[in-house]
Amino acid sequence: MIPPVAPADARRRTVRPPGALVIKIEGVTKLYKMGSETIHALRGVNLEIYRNEYLAIMGPSGSGKSTLMNMLGCLDTPTAGRYDFNGKNVAHMVDDELAEIRNREIGFVFQTFNLLPRSDALHNVELPLIYAGIPAHARHEKALAALRNVGLGDRVHHRPNELSGGQRQRVAIARALVNHPSILLADEPTGNLDSKTGEEIMGLFEQLYDQGHTIIVVTHEEDIARHARRIVRLRDGLIESDTTVA
Amino acid sequence: MLFSEILRMAFLSLGVNKLRSFLTMSGITIGVFSVIGVMTTVSAMRGSIETGLSFLGVNMFQIGKYPTGMHMSGDARRRIEMRRNITLAQAERYRKLMEDVTEVVCLKVFYRDGAVQATYANRKTEPGLSFGGTNEFFLLANQFSIDAGRNFTAEDVDLARPVAIIGQEVLKKLFPSESPLGKMIKIGGRAYTVVGTFAEKGTSFGQTQDDFVMVPITRFLSDYGAARYTVNIATQAPSQALYNETVDRAITAMRIVRSLKADEENDFELYSNDSLIAAFAKVADAVRAGALVISGIALLAASIGIMNIMLVSVTERTKEIGVRKSIGARRVSILTQFLIEAVVLSLTGGVVGILLGVVAGNGLALWMNASVVFPWDWAAIGLFICTAIGVGAGLYPAMKAAALDPIESLRYE
Repeated sequence: MIPPVAPADARRRTVRPPGALVIKIEGVTKLYKMGSETIHALRGVNLEIYRNEYLAIMGPSGSGKSTLMNMLGCLDTPTAGRYDFNGKNVAHMVDDELAEIRNREIGFVFQTFNLLPRSDALHNVELPLIYAGIPAHARHEKALAALRNVGLGDRVHHRPNELSGGQRQRVAIARALVNHPSILLADEPTGNLDSKTGEEIMGLFEQLYDQGHTIIVVTHEEDIARHARRIVRLRDGLIESDTTVA
Repeated sequence: MLFSEILRMAFLSLGVNKLRSFLTMSGITIGVFSVIGVMTTVSAMRGSIETGLSFLGVNMFQIGKYPTGMHMSGDARRRIEMRRNITLAQAERYRKLMEDVTEVVCLKVFYRDGAVQATYANRKTEPGLSFGGTNEFFLLANQFSIDAGRNFTAEDVDLARPVAIIGQEVLKKLFPSESPLGKMIKIGGRAYTVVGTFAEKGTSFGQTQDDFVMVPITRFLSDYGAARYTVNIATQAPSQALYNETVDRAITAMRIVRSLKADEENDFELYSNDSLIAAFAKVADAVRAGALVISGIALLAASIGIMNIMLVSVTERTKEIGVRKSIGARRVSILTQFLIEAVVLSLTGGVVGILLGVVAGNGLALWMNASVVFPWDWAAIGLFICTAIGVGAGLYPAMKAAALDPIESLRYE
């Protein structure tokens, strides 16, 4: 069971020893055909991510950052190379197999939150559990616990338009974590928030890290990347640097 | 994924565009309404029409110049109109020829020169009065009985006496507070002495059957011109067992009376209660077929509407589909979600159509004095067709939604 969180503090830094290997990428390339042109989004990337890591993926636009994120998130498959997720090769999986990996193993947090506008916070958080086939009662309990964990226990029946940006992102984080995924994959999680709210969200990430979650943040902002314990920089479809910043 | 969840989501997203969902549904509603309404009316009326059409007495059949219940045009119609009238002399001769089989042969003619009114003192009936001439077998042949006074006698007919028997409606209008017997009423400027009243028969097809006056057929024809009328002959077989034999005899007798040669076709029509009911059934079938065609077209248009709205909905909700896929929705989950939405749209429209159709159909039936029915068979067929329409119209949009690429759709704004 996850212990209840302490008040947000983005500056507190703990470093937890890495656990088992979760992601292993070997020689991954990705080609896109744009008309007659072929774009090499990834040109042979090798990357290993372990449980308990807090990783930032950085790079300017066109560096292959988004492509790598889609790949890590099992939304896309590589043109060539090997991608093992918890020991399973996902590089050649079909749509529905990938959907199941996304449902069980990956929690997405998007820049624009991507909540369903007509559903209240609770139903939004329940959604991954619905697709996992979990019965209503258990689903309810889990979703409530996830919302409480991000500090929204008193906002469960609010719709997204009745919540602030920061609260919406918390709902999205609760949704990402409700199915206890192996990794939390956040794409510019503070991009649509003011800097104060952004700091709050990063503080929440800090707590989640402390709770034992594995976090991957994709960003182009140095301020955000600085929160991570490890920074991977991409340029022109290749990893330029991979540094630990303990 | 649980079906109840999919259903809940379908209602949720249909509720978002209430007006749009309502308009799309109403197409289905109209189509289903028209077929259920007609089917209900026809079923509800069938019983009352069958009793209403059985106006002929037991084991009776009728012979006349014109067929009933058939609508003809062109040559067929002209051929019938070219037939000679059945004269009173012919009818009487037929009666003679039939004497050894049956005595009950009712002759009758009805006034056909526009509206006619009966008057007494300063009171008068509505202009739509039925007025005709007949003989003493009218009661037997048409299942009427005498309320007060007497029936016609053979003598009344032989002597062409100016006497009349009046229906209950006429009685109420002309003699609200006095006995009509022995009084003189006037019809078309001619005077008739009332000798009896018919007992009330009620309504059929929403029309009263009591608003009429009968006089002896001989009197009638001499007053209004024998040449212009063709006589209808109702004959009663002595028993059910002898019915067919009696019909055969009647046809032979009519052929003799009409002086037809062996190779000539009958120039008269013979019909019974059964053939009248069969004729109604034919009309009812035509009405049903018409309703099916019309509602089929309406439903086709409605299903195109549903497909269109579902395609719009898939495009509008591309982002939602991307989100659902990113958090683990499989193709089949997305497919089912949109398919169920289309089916819910069409089924809801169908259920409303069925209810409205049953209410309207029974309303019409009640107005025509038929009893209330619920057409279970058509309701079930309606629901089945609506489900099929929902699946048919929703399948392509749903497949389109299920096949969307999650990355592309997440990027969609």
